Amino acid sequence: MMKYTKALYDQIIENNPVLKRSLGICSALAVTNLMVNAFVMSLGVIFVSALSGLTVSLIRKYTDRHIRILFQMMVIASYVILVDICLKFYVPEISKALGPYVGLIITNCIIMGRCESFAQLNPPAISFVDGIAAGLGYSAVLMVIAFFRELLGFGSLFGIHVLGDWWRNWGTMSIPAGAFFMIGILVWIATDYNMHHTGRRVVK
Amino acid sequence: MTELHPLTILFAAVFTNNILLSNFLGMCPFVAVSGEIKTSLGMGQAVTFVLACTSVINYAVYHWILVPLELDFIRFILFILVIATFVQLVEMIIGRFFKELSTSLGIFLPLITVNCAILGVSLFMVIREYNLIQTLFYGIGSGIGWTFAIVVMAGIRQKMKFSPMPEGLKGVGITFITAGIMALAFMAFSGLIKIQ
Repeated sequence: MMKYTKALYDQIIENNPVLKRSLGICSALAVTNLMVNAFVMSLGVIFVSALSGLTVSLIRKYTDRHIRILFQMMVIASYVILVDICLKFYVPEISKALGPYVGLIITNCIIMGRCESFAQLNPPAISFVDGIAAGLGYSAVLMVIAFFRELLGFGSLFGIHVLGDWWRNWGTMSIPAGAFFMIGILVWIATDYNMHHTGRRVVK
Repeated sequence: MTELHPLTILFAAVFTNNILLSNFLGMCPFVAVSGEIKTSLGMGQAVTFVLACTSVINYAVYHWILVPLELDFIRFILFILVIATFVQLVEMIIGRFFKELSTSLGIFLPLITVNCAILGVSLFMVIREYNLIQTLFYGIGSGIGWTFAIVVMAGIRQKMKFSPMPEGLKGVGITFITAGIMALAFMAFSGLIKIQ
């Protein structure tokens, strides 16, 4: 059990893929103008990353070393197609708003990276948990950015107006530039936190 | 079918709908490579070339094979396969026949397969229902726009190396903030053309 919680903690906080290694930023920025979009996207990424981790780990003994990347890509792409079809059926408006970014989950380096560096070397159960953790780490960043962008840009959360009439929508936050500023600030905070964290550890 | 002139699309792809600054595609190499003007330029050329070719190939694959067979839901797999194969092919051809080009461009090519901008352009091509000529111009325009953004960024970052700033902001953090300011600057073009 310990190692499962450790896998979760490692991906979400210690080695958050977005903030620490700047992976998977493309989609992280594009879908965060509204929280609903970010939430649906997060679910999609968690689903794909967990199941592709599991699948890659299950077939890892039967795949040839030289074509493993191709295999992983096929596995990921199949799950993304599943997600795409489900979204089109159940939430067509959101599917339309997400546009090409659902398909771009395939080239999300986080999923590929976890498949290659973790699922390829570990048994299925822990790979599954690791996949969920990587997805959650990504989602956490996504939701934080979306929270601020929707709150400041539209004065609402999940489409529900929370700030009163006195709030003038801050347009910069809802255009692409706002996303860049938000992630820049987040990375800054994360780096600062890590520096102090490790700094203290060194002193100890 | 949209009735946009191909040149309009080309212009829009470079300025108003810059693939990087308004669609956030191709961010990973943007952050990693944009340290030097020379390397960014090399990467940009490779991306533009691959974009122009793969968008047209994917157009053909999608409209002439997948749509008649009603298999358009597997386009994700096929697009990524086309891109990976094409990049591999170009790599081999360049390595065999153009030695000096290979040394300058070679290292960037494998990275391109995982560049989301390439897949993104193909997906946008489907969503926006471009025809063949429009697709070609959109591919070229996106490539030029991406190159433009990354080279400008490299120039700024070279200057920024000597600027004082908070420790935590150095590197990735300031790159994003700068990209945000660049995106704001590019907003100034947005009144010129409107494509969705």
